[in-house]
Amino acid sequence: MPLVSQISQIIPAVYGGLGRDVSARAHSADRRTNLVTQATASGDLYLSITNLWKAFGDFLALKDISLDINEGEFICFLGPSGCGKTTLLRAIAGLDLQTRGQVFQDGKDVSNLPPSERDFGIVFQSYALFPNLTIEKNIAFGLENTGRSKPEITARVAELLQLVGLPEQGKKYPAQLSGGQQQRIALARAIATNPGLLLLDEPLSALDAKVRVHLRHEIKELQRKLGVTTVMVTHDQEEALTMADRIVVMNQGVIEQVGSPTEIYREPANLFVAGFIGEMNQIDSSVASGGKLSLGSENYACISHKFATGSPVIAAIRPEDIIPHEAGFVPDAQNSDCIEVMLREMEFLGSFWRCHLHSDRFGASELIADFSINAVRRLELGEGKAMVVELPENRLMAFARPEAV
Amino acid sequence: MTETTTDLTTLPPGPAIKGKLSRDDIVMRGGMIVIALYLVVTLALPLYVMLSKSFSTYRFELSQYEMQVSDQDGVFDGTVLNPADLNAAVGAFDSADLSTGSDGRLPVSKLFPDFNFRSPVMYQIRNAQPGGRFLVGSTLHDEDTWLELDSNSFRRVQLRPMKFTGLDNFSNYFSTPALFNSIKNSLFIAVISTVITATLAFWFAYALNRSCMRFKGAFRLIAMAPILVPSLLPGIALVYLFGNQGMLKELLFGASIYGPIGIIIGSVFFTFPHAFLIISTALAISDARLYEAAVSLRASPWRTFWTVTIPSARYGLISAGFVVFNLVITDFGLPKVIGGQFNMLAVDIYKQVIGQQNFEMGAVVSVVLIVPAIFAFALDRYVQSKQVATLSSRSVPFQPSPDAKMDRIFLIYSSLVGVFIIGILAVCQFAALIKFWPYDLSLSLNNYQFDRMDGGGWASYYNSIKLGLLTAVIGTSVIFFGAYLVEKSNGFRVGRSLFQMIAMLPMAIPGMVLGLAYIFFFNNPANPLNWIYGTMAILVISAVTHFYTVSHLTAVTALKQMDREFESVSSSLKQPTLKLFSRVTVPVCLPAVLDISIYLFVNAMTTVSAVVFLYSPKTSLASIAVLNMDDAGDIAPAAAMGMMIFYTNAAARILHLIASKGILRRTQAWRAR
Repeated sequence: MPLVSQISQIIPAVYGGLGRDVSARAHSADRRTNLVTQATASGDLYLSITNLWKAFGDFLALKDISLDINEGEFICFLGPSGCGKTTLLRAIAGLDLQTRGQVFQDGKDVSNLPPSERDFGIVFQSYALFPNLTIEKNIAFGLENTGRSKPEITARVAELLQLVGLPEQGKKYPAQLSGGQQQRIALARAIATNPGLLLLDEPLSALDAKVRVHLRHEIKELQRKLGVTTVMVTHDQEEALTMADRIVVMNQGVIEQVGSPTEIYREPANLFVAGFIGEMNQIDSSVASGGKLSLGSENYACISHKFATGSPVIAAIRPEDIIPHEAGFVPDAQNSDCIEVMLREMEFLGSFWRCHLHSDRFGASELIADFSINAVRRLELGEGKAMVVELPENRLMAFARPEAV
Repeated sequence: MTETTTDLTTLPPGPAIKGKLSRDDIVMRGGMIVIALYLVVTLALPLYVMLSKSFSTYRFELSQYEMQVSDQDGVFDGTVLNPADLNAAVGAFDSADLSTGSDGRLPVSKLFPDFNFRSPVMYQIRNAQPGGRFLVGSTLHDEDTWLELDSNSFRRVQLRPMKFTGLDNFSNYFSTPALFNSIKNSLFIAVISTVITATLAFWFAYALNRSCMRFKGAFRLIAMAPILVPSLLPGIALVYLFGNQGMLKELLFGASIYGPIGIIIGSVFFTFPHAFLIISTALAISDARLYEAAVSLRASPWRTFWTVTIPSARYGLISAGFVVFNLVITDFGLPKVIGGQFNMLAVDIYKQVIGQQNFEMGAVVSVVLIVPAIFAFALDRYVQSKQVATLSSRSVPFQPSPDAKMDRIFLIYSSLVGVFIIGILAVCQFAALIKFWPYDLSLSLNNYQFDRMDGGGWASYYNSIKLGLLTAVIGTSVIFFGAYLVEKSNGFRVGRSLFQMIAMLPMAIPGMVLGLAYIFFFNNPANPLNWIYGTMAILVISAVTHFYTVSHLTAVTALKQMDREFESVSSSLKQPTLKLFSRVTVPVCLPAVLDISIYLFVNAMTTVSAVVFLYSPKTSLASIAVLNMDDAGDIAPAAAMGMMIFYTNAAARILHLIASKGILRRTQAWRAR
């Protein structure tokens, strides 16, 4: 494709091309081993961020960020507040320029261009609809002065209103619409000019839970229909898991992991990602012979890891991955390693029970397990009862212990 | 692959990415620089010139010249005389004669006791050192060659003074009790007025916010009335009430209203609305939850008042105090009208400049006056910045509950304050309509025939309206646009904070001082802007600059409430920022824009101090006419003109109210749900 060759000429670094760029690439790639999954085959490279830094005075908000995004992809920046995800989005938009590093969009170096000379539409948490203009005029705002005739603009506005499912609301003012409707109008305004890139800055955070779930689905549908490359910033992991093609997990100005929702959830790259997304039991442990994890006096088989025997690690397993068995259960060859526990406390959470399991091997900490209503009924589980739980080998993970602060 | 790892704790070396400026960025920065330049030219430079004037002294340096005298036949014997030696021998001038102003001229013929302009004796004079200057008639000589003159011409030789920089003017000031006593007087009046006004205004605001008394709306209106009149109007009313032929003279038991008593009563009148507004705002935001807690803890009302009410309103009280202090100490009109022999700083400036033409001393008094004004201003800004931090978004507004006894007491109190305010205005109106107080009490409109009095007649009234309108239109445009640029543009951080600082400065500069600084700056023939001196333009500029700060703050507050992402959205849609400004920002901020314009109009109509040095016979103003007619003894016409200003401002307010309601209904349909 001509586009590819064009890009590879301009940004050989991305493709591990020639010359000094190779060393620069290798330099950072080494540190990012298994953090950045290469752009998937779904589309051509569209947005490329290389070695991006952002400093606010002495504070480093972004530290050496590199990331490739493909055409048509839906990317979520996910992380706790203050992790730099919005800063990264604003750097991509040119609203707050990075201190070091480059941004390439569609083969063009846009690193120092003002927002008006880049190609993107943006939606903010606050909607930022112009309160004194009607819905129609809000959407038409970006269509004016672009060489379109009045009838063309009117037609385009009607089309967009249809697209976001609010065809009757054009004459109203923003304050007359609900939050969810306003956000859809903001979306229509952002895509009115067919930008190559859609940026969403926590678009759903100001809405109440029901509307949020509904709109989540709609935005994803719309994005798929238009095929527009989309970057969304969110601190809501559920939002990221349901909407994104790939998630970029960020923390303290660095990218912790990039991957598809299932990768991020099932194969977290490190303890931060494991703890930040979903629930995760974390128990102090060390590596025993054969790579097993020792908990108290016994050792448990786990997913293969790179830690040496004897090194201190954190053993981690998700609550829903723990398999319940009745007391006195004897594992056979098909079963993974089991552990006898006491059911100390049960919380009813609707579709399942959250159980707090106690064993002397965990010391003071407890193991949390989610058991289905079915299993609880079948095994006649109750508070204070003894039981056996199985820790599946392929679900038990080992992570490096965070350095003591 | 190499094993080096990137250090994530420090930025890699190299230059920071420099953003390319968009066309909008350039337009906005350009606009900001233009408005900043406006402020520099109309504020910073004049103040600088004034400051340097206060350090300038002028003295005749006799040793700079050399002279020769011929015999009766006009033959010179070559003896060179030094005027300094001559003066030492003759004693023609003592050292006080030798220190002068920038316009000083010294006739040299006095150095020769036997000088006669008819004698045939010839004289020669030259500048012995560079920089020396003398006049022959009106011709200036600064060359160092000998100039030969006959007696008749030598009579017209006048030396010009040399300019020195130093503290002489200040030492002069502080060694003249008549001058530096004014500092004490001004501080005394300002402190007493502040205490009285803040106390009165506090209880008035308390009654309006914390009681269930009746007629609150009417009282609120009455409390704001003094803002619509020049500060010297209460002085005129007081003359009618307590003056030598006053209606209620006996109430003073022989004390004179001309002096501290009159100034203080008048000051309380004209500063009352300012204090009331600030304290009322502070009381309005008090948190009901604190009062519920106090009730549940069984605190007495007295204790609740001191532990809840006063602490939560204290920043408002302090702020009101500083504002009143500043208004009183910098006011000129009131002490001019009713101060009598009691000197105050602002009046001193006027006396030095207009009465004695001693501009340097005027500049010195100005510098002395700026000190407490800036001090009060800085403290006020500091206190206000603290108040923001005490506001909680979770506060619940306090709802007063009826209390028959307290409500009646508050009603009586508020009525007394109301009677005071209306009384002052009514006396002025009454005075304006009486034929000849106190001898002929029949009503007439004679006093409105301004064209027959000093002060510029009706023309000055129309000039005032013109000034008000021009100030409102031009000022609002410049100030609001400036606030927009500084609030909503990207980057350029140093420039923006510098702009904010300059925009705060006008509030700290008393009007008299600004006016005097304008004389020094714009009346200088070397200034390319000299042509605006004596025109309406300089009056508009001085009014816009003088009232810049409050308007700027109003605009900034309104702009801060706008979503800061509007500009981001607009630029992502590739639309010019000016389109956003005209289509969204201005319409949404229209209430604030209208508030700024009425503020500028009313203040331009009432100000005396900012314009008293700058008006010309062609551009006389109504407020100045009040001053001048009062000065000339035409007190009744002065009162009539003052009331004209009041009615005009009241009408403008009503018009503003109707207009803003109409415009709001039309352009702000989006506000209604």
